[in-house]
Amino acid sequence: MSLLSPIKDHHAERRLFIGRAILASVVSIFLLGLVIARLVQLQVFDHELFAKKSQGNRVRIEAVPPIRGLVFDRKGRVIAENLPAYQLELIPEQVADLDDTLRRLAAINLINVDDIPRFTALSQSGQQFKPITLKFRLTDEEIANFAIQRPRFAGVDFQPRLVRHYPHGALFAHAAGYVGALNTNDVKRLDPARYAGTSHTGKTGVENSFEDKLHGDAGFRHLITNARGRQVPANTSELLESLPTDERPAPGANLHLTLDIDVQRVAFNALEGRRGAVVALDPTTGEILALVSTPSFDPNLFAVGMSTSQYSELRDSPDRPLFNRAVLGTYPPGSTIKPMLSLAALETGATNLTRKSICIGYFQLEGDDHRYRDWKPEGHGPVDLHDAIAQSCDVYFYEISGDLGIDNMHEYLTRFGLGSQTGIDVLGERPGLVPSREWKRNNFRDRDNKRWYHGETVIASIGQGFMLATPLQLASAAGTLAMRGARYRPHLVAAIEDPLSGQRELIEPEWLGDVAIANEFYWDNVLGAMHDVMQGPRGTARAVGSGAPYQMAGKSGTAQVISIAQDEEYDEDELEERLRDHALFISYAPFEDPRIAVAVIVENGSSGSGVAAPIAKAVMDEYLGYGDDATQ
Amino acid sequence: MMRLSETQRMLAHKTAPLRSFSGLVRRLNVDGPLLGGLLLICAFGLFVLYSAAGENSRLLINQAVRLGIALVAMLVVAQLPPDFLRRWTPWAYVGGLVLLILVLTKGDVGQGARRWLDIGVRFQPSEAMKLAVPMMTAWFLHDRQIPPKLGHLVVIAVLIAIPTVLIAKQPDLGTSLLIAASGIIVIILAGISFKLIFGLGALCVPGALVLWNFMQDYQKQRVLTLFNPDTDPLGAGYNIIQSKIAIGSGGLFGKGWTNGSQAHLEFLPERHTDFIFAVLGEEFGLFGVLVLLVLYMFVIGRGLYIAVEAHDTFSRLLAGSISLTFLVYVFVNTAMVTGLIPVVGVPLPLVSFGGTSMVTLMAGFGILMSIHSHRKLLPH
Repeated sequence: MSLLSPIKDHHAERRLFIGRAILASVVSIFLLGLVIARLVQLQVFDHELFAKKSQGNRVRIEAVPPIRGLVFDRKGRVIAENLPAYQLELIPEQVADLDDTLRRLAAINLINVDDIPRFTALSQSGQQFKPITLKFRLTDEEIANFAIQRPRFAGVDFQPRLVRHYPHGALFAHAAGYVGALNTNDVKRLDPARYAGTSHTGKTGVENSFEDKLHGDAGFRHLITNARGRQVPANTSELLESLPTDERPAPGANLHLTLDIDVQRVAFNALEGRRGAVVALDPTTGEILALVSTPSFDPNLFAVGMSTSQYSELRDSPDRPLFNRAVLGTYPPGSTIKPMLSLAALETGATNLTRKSICIGYFQLEGDDHRYRDWKPEGHGPVDLHDAIAQSCDVYFYEISGDLGIDNMHEYLTRFGLGSQTGIDVLGERPGLVPSREWKRNNFRDRDNKRWYHGETVIASIGQGFMLATPLQLASAAGTLAMRGARYRPHLVAAIEDPLSGQRELIEPEWLGDVAIANEFYWDNVLGAMHDVMQGPRGTARAVGSGAPYQMAGKSGTAQVISIAQDEEYDEDELEERLRDHALFISYAPFEDPRIAVAVIVENGSSGSGVAAPIAKAVMDEYLGYGDDATQ
Repeated sequence: MMRLSETQRMLAHKTAPLRSFSGLVRRLNVDGPLLGGLLLICAFGLFVLYSAAGENSRLLINQAVRLGIALVAMLVVAQLPPDFLRRWTPWAYVGGLVLLILVLTKGDVGQGARRWLDIGVRFQPSEAMKLAVPMMTAWFLHDRQIPPKLGHLVVIAVLIAIPTVLIAKQPDLGTSLLIAASGIIVIILAGISFKLIFGLGALCVPGALVLWNFMQDYQKQRVLTLFNPDTDPLGAGYNIIQSKIAIGSGGLFGKGWTNGSQAHLEFLPERHTDFIFAVLGEEFGLFGVLVLLVLYMFVIGRGLYIAVEAHDTFSRLLAGSISLTFLVYVFVNTAMVTGLIPVVGVPLPLVSFGGTSMVTLMAGFGILMSIHSHRKLLPH
């Protein structure tokens, strides 16, 4: 075809091209006109909208965490405070060789080698300019040590922060609780607006239960930033002026507790680190004066952060130092329930004040050769109700248990608050258990176990078997006895204080009702018998009570950890320490005008009157003003 | 004939003393107005780039060096007479195709695409095709009847389609479409009937549907995002939203040089490359944008004038295509940054930071200059 190509008409071709070029120019102008029209739309008509948007792009709101409320004891002494502390921080993007840096920090003992993988993961996950905390509180020595070596650690520095501090260490670890670093569950649960910028939250005790009051509200400030959230210097004053005003954080409320540091310390020291708990309260109000669980731990470890090995040591210790025995530990109450059962027996007519039993050291049900033993193998001889309480005769209670019946026992013990939560103002207390026919029916599967057996009533009469109570419940019950039936909700917080105005919201004592006993005379007798436990000639705890400069009432208890086979002699020395009986004791004082009620449990303490009662007395001495300075 | 004219010209120049700047310009076969317009655009571009790159002088020097290389390329190409270019066109085209095939089989992978070829220097053969395709199309029509016959059009379509498909497979959809456009522009300038243009335009609809199926997911996403950028403000729509904020907040006269918060606070992505137009809009406002667009229009206008003044079919069609392809670059980039069309990776010519495309562009303008300065000596 190209061979036959006609002669080209250059002029016609040029004319055609000029036509096309003009057309192309028109199209060009149209297209660029389209862009210009768009620009006019954006830059003239919508200018204000986009100007506002670009302004918003430059300002980031950053949360300012509030200062956590302080915790005081009943005399205004500090239990939990916030201390400025230097913490070691690392900014990932400023560290050239992360692994090398962490290793060298470990080499000078600023961090633990075990934690290097955790820090590596942390610094790789977040925004690279955001600091991660390597150590929460540096000692003066560590600060000095690091300061000289700082040039070797680019990107690592110490920063001042407020850190929760518990000046009394282990003393209030269970009562006041502790704060710990927020975990993923906390983050899900807590209001993100209030907790923006917060690193720690209450984990246990008052710190946890009153988190809402203690925390406060986050404030915020405006930062001029770039698209990646990095703060940039505010070099344009025009921008600073147009910033919305910042909002200061609202500090958390201060808490005034009912606890008394001195009483708490005496109780703590008296337990001597054994596994046990002491709860002391004012029976007229329900104010808790001391709430101790031992062995304890240093709550500062949680506030500051500890190594994995430190934590697993605490968690895995067989003595369970993290376990708050005072409100979570449930124990067979043993003989400590005898005063309450006595009132029930008198009120229901299962016994009377003159009825006597001949205690021969054991009791047998008709048609059954099983021996229900008394704690005193040779027996107490003839005893009435008063003697049965004062000498803690088991056989007397075995004998009347049949007439009293499990349902009455359940009824009266429940009225004293056993088997249900006391309503204390810290979360998580255990309800314990007061068994009944109904409970057994609902909680056992096979037919034989659903039945209530007479033998179970017999052992229930001395607080054994299924029955379980917490030290807190026993203290509350002791207070109710002291108050002749008037019950007050036990509580730890006396007042909530606004730190700015100093205004206090007082927590009024809450009366929970009375355990109604128709005949006031029954109270006199039962409480009199409790008095004779301490100060009577044959009282089980007379060794303790006789030394007291005030009149006190009490009841010891011993709870079996294992059941002793028939005919087997109970030999304390040969028993493994952990298989020995728990020692329990409830008491109040002064007898005529009760101001303090105490419950003590010493796990595997063997003897309620011998081991637990002296602890209760030490606590009372301190509170009633007879304290021995040596216990400090 | 060719040799003779060249000798004549050189003799003439030798005898004429260099009395003025225009004399030098003429001697270097440079078109003064075109060079002036281009230099103004480049200078303005460097100015904007300095701000867009975060006042990074290293990057600025880098770009200035590239500009220098591009200008040298332009000068070199301007010395090549159009007839020489035409004779070598088929070889350049075939060579380009070979390189494209090599890229697909042996090329370096970068950012998920196979676009670079490393033969001593790393370069993109598709850049060479930006000139080779319109040259080939113009070459084909040079000896043939204008307006072209249908049979010729089929041949041209194949000539355009081969490199287009090869580049689209890299994948580099933006470049392949631009290259197809540069070829199609030649046909339109060659005077094919409007019936055919609209007919082919109508064919674009099923063509677009086929294209949609060929698109990568990210390309589909770009198209969808255009229609509603707010559906994905932090993802695919982010660029468009932020560039609209940048331009819109610039207003009439802008926030001032280096004061654009969108660019300097790093909200605007790709701010020194594909989205530099948004920085210009933010810092210099509508006024600054119009100045740049007027400069572009001047360069395009001058290119079309050179095309009209050209003395043969090849020169005319090639000059027209180069000028109008430049317009397509300008339009596609500015329309994309202002959110009129989907985001395709087309830089703002002579202003965006980047090397290879600048050399190609300037070489194209070198062809324009060659066409213009060599025209009077061609016998008619």
